Amino acid sequence: MTANAGHCEVSPAATRVDDPLPILRERGQREVFCGLTGIVWLHRKIQDAFFLVVGSRTCAHLLQSAAGVMIFAEPRFATAILQDQDLAGTADCNDELDRVVSELLARRPDIGTLFLVGSCPSEVIKLDLDIAAERLTRAQQGRVRILAYSGSGIETTFTQGEDTCLTALVREMPSADGPTLLVVGTLPDIVEDQFRRLFDAIGFGANGVSVQFLPARNAAELPCVGAGTKILAAQPFVGDTAAALVARGAELIEAPYPFGVQGTRAWLGAAAAAFGIPASQVDAACAGPMARAERGLERYREQLAGKRISFLPDSQLEVPLGRFLARECGMRLVEIGVPYLDRRMMAAELALLPTPERLSEGQDLEVQLERLRADRPDLTVCGLGLANPLEAEGLTTKWSIELVFSPVHGFDQAPDLAELFARPLSRRTRLAF
Amino acid sequence: MQLTVWTYEGPPHMGAMRIAASMRDVHCVLHAPQGDTYADLLFTMIARNAKRPPVTYTTFQARDLGGDTAELVQRTLRDTVERFRPQALLVGEACTAELIQDQPGALAEGMGFDIPVVPLELPAYTRKENWGAAETFFTLVRALLRGRPLPTRDHNKPKANLLGPTALGFRCRDDVTEVTKLLAAAGVDVNVVAPAGASPADLLRIPEADFNVCLYPEIAQETCAWLERMFKQPFIRTVPIGVGASVDFLREVGEVAGVDIAPAMAAVQTRMPWYSRSVDSTYLTGKRVFIFGDATHAIAAARVATEELGFDVVGLGTYSREHAREIRAAAERYDVEPLISDDYLEVEAKVLELAPELVLGTQMERHIAKRAGIPCAVISAPVHVQDFPARYAPQMGFEGANVLFDTWVHPLMMGLEEHLITMFREDSEFHDEAAPSHLGPAATRGGAEARVEASADDAPADARDDQPSWATDAEQELRKIPFFVRGKARRNTERYARERGMATITIETLYDAKAHYGR
Repeated sequence: MTANAGHCEVSPAATRVDDPLPILRERGQREVFCGLTGIVWLHRKIQDAFFLVVGSRTCAHLLQSAAGVMIFAEPRFATAILQDQDLAGTADCNDELDRVVSELLARRPDIGTLFLVGSCPSEVIKLDLDIAAERLTRAQQGRVRILAYSGSGIETTFTQGEDTCLTALVREMPSADGPTLLVVGTLPDIVEDQFRRLFDAIGFGANGVSVQFLPARNAAELPCVGAGTKILAAQPFVGDTAAALVARGAELIEAPYPFGVQGTRAWLGAAAAAFGIPASQVDAACAGPMARAERGLERYREQLAGKRISFLPDSQLEVPLGRFLARECGMRLVEIGVPYLDRRMMAAELALLPTPERLSEGQDLEVQLERLRADRPDLTVCGLGLANPLEAEGLTTKWSIELVFSPVHGFDQAPDLAELFARPLSRRTRLAF
Repeated sequence: MQLTVWTYEGPPHMGAMRIAASMRDVHCVLHAPQGDTYADLLFTMIARNAKRPPVTYTTFQARDLGGDTAELVQRTLRDTVERFRPQALLVGEACTAELIQDQPGALAEGMGFDIPVVPLELPAYTRKENWGAAETFFTLVRALLRGRPLPTRDHNKPKANLLGPTALGFRCRDDVTEVTKLLAAAGVDVNVVAPAGASPADLLRIPEADFNVCLYPEIAQETCAWLERMFKQPFIRTVPIGVGASVDFLREVGEVAGVDIAPAMAAVQTRMPWYSRSVDSTYLTGKRVFIFGDATHAIAAARVATEELGFDVVGLGTYSREHAREIRAAAERYDVEPLISDDYLEVEAKVLELAPELVLGTQMERHIAKRAGIPCAVISAPVHVQDFPARYAPQMGFEGANVLFDTWVHPLMMGLEEHLITMFREDSEFHDEAAPSHLGPAATRGGAEARVEASADDAPADARDDQPSWATDAEQELRKIPFFVRGKARRNTERYARERGMATITIETLYDAKAHYGR
């Protein structure tokens, strides 16, 4: 547990320091997206980047289904669909890829960075996209930067696709050793701007600390990394990115994630402490936003307090969100399911997490659903494939994908975050039939 | 490799899932990695199904690939049969599993289950969703019925099977109800509807019918052809979309079933022909319509558009290469170039080039039309949550024809409205910037929802070297033309001038072009 978590009101009874939670580990059918799904928010965030999945028709179909289908005329993502001749060796896959990439770049001269995104089939046929990216970058003579990462379902689950993407960007980051706070993980622009203002008010700039975000809004404007860099993770799923940054001399700040008032306060406090900025400055900068968020939370706390909630494994946000809902909204945690448990990235969160009835890692879907039916929580957080069937069984659900797509971090979004969980419960009580 | 932005069809295993999800007491095991479960949400979110599709995925990971993925397949099969106790088990593989060649179908056949096990061949790198659905339905029907004796058919009333409706198909739910009514009016009972709602036990009763109705050829044609050969069941080929096709359908049923359809014809009730003849519909005459979808719905729409609404078909196409031949033949009848393509960008370019007044397409064309400011109605899958309306809204039969009239005509400006705009064109309430009156005084035209020929369409066509320029007074005259036909007037005039090598468009050119192109 970090010193910074001490800023929160931690009730000793609900906090474990030494006794690790028992974990139920399961294997079987998973009802979780693959890492390709991250493209849906990454392409909105990185505005000069294009994502080219090298995969199958399934990959293309997944992307348009998960994205809610067709929002943009010509989005900044596409799929190079492998066909029979690509597999039979009659056409050299690499030649074909070069052709598709030059076609695409000719069509879209606005692209500054192109990500080649590996998929299950491209990995099984051992198509080396890293080498392809190097070759294509040379061929483009510096006009376009071409990088590769894996979003395949055999390697990554859902939000891990962002981690592999950012890891690919780390290799490209320029070196600089000045004091830098590097916030890692995609945040909506509006939230990023709020945090910038808060970091400023706390005095990072005045203390000579440069605050940078990864990913930046333009892939062309990569932040620097070096011995003076301290990493503050904004999302819990950026473990590999953090490790790659550490390998380049940066240091990871251990902190909970900025969900809810306490989480955000502790997150900002950890960052300030890492640069020796006094807690009093954090308190001063946060007092206003915290009071406002508390007022906003009040109404939802009434609706959520005492309600039992279960999370099916999905985005890796399950532990921090469970922590927020239990500590700040008074909800009772039944089962918290995570796709995988990264103990290093989750250490500060686990220390703050009130003990759930069950913590599970991985998934054996049918078995987990049996437990869920026996538990009958008041609210179940799950993926889109499961929500309506569970509603039809009389369980109230919250689609988890909204938690990844909506602005939910920080003080000013804390009430919005609580509202996302309160709304399905409120709906149940409104409807007469 | 094929560069793809949006796809009209999913992979072929998606088609297999649609068959499994349509039926009762069938379960499908798919050898597939994590992530392929995304397909469940199409059923539970788009069609709002209250149950997950009956599909179990093996969910293999990279670390399994070095070991025994075949063992994972067998364990999944065993658990699935024990848990769900289906009457028949479909076994297939998604694109990645095809590459690792575990042959789950053969593995399943060797496991000694006491239910029919149906291995599926779903070549993911050459085929697509509709093919996968047709193949799965055919494979299942053949596996269950092969070698069965020809039943005696001595019932008083003729019986028919309705074949082809599936989960995630376009308006299948209501079409089945409507066609059942149509057959009942002709004195024909429905024996089995499949795959939608059928169990394997129901499929075994298929041969008891006198004939089959091939409702959706994309899904059921191969099965119908096989049943015709094996069980001497002729099948009805007319798809009853529109008044004319519904009448043809009844006639074909009469011939095949040997029933007198006169009472059914006498009982027909439909408002569509009168609505189409009523004077308000005069304004529909010659509306230029672009049609794109699966072949069946596109061809049917072209017939309704021309014969029953008096539109002009300016483009006709399909994303389904398997049915390109039928589309080519139809396109020849309407004297248009057929568009056979699953490249969304190519379809978009065609729509922009043709600048139709109405687009009849899929949800994909709805987006194209919305961006181009062209009215649009959806006639075909791929489907969207809006294609599962709460109300009864068939496409087929006589009620379906009423639905077509409403859904195709409502996006267009009403005749009365058009007439008023011509009369009061420069009036303060009827000018370019005015929103439709029912939106109230605060509304303004523009934005994604802008109606009819929006400003984008009214802007000069793309700059080209031979582009004639507009004289100031001609440009002013053009502004006097109502906005909803102004884009067309501009294009026609420019084309007229270009073809005659004119550098400048005058008022005279504008009226010459108007005279040349007629309405």
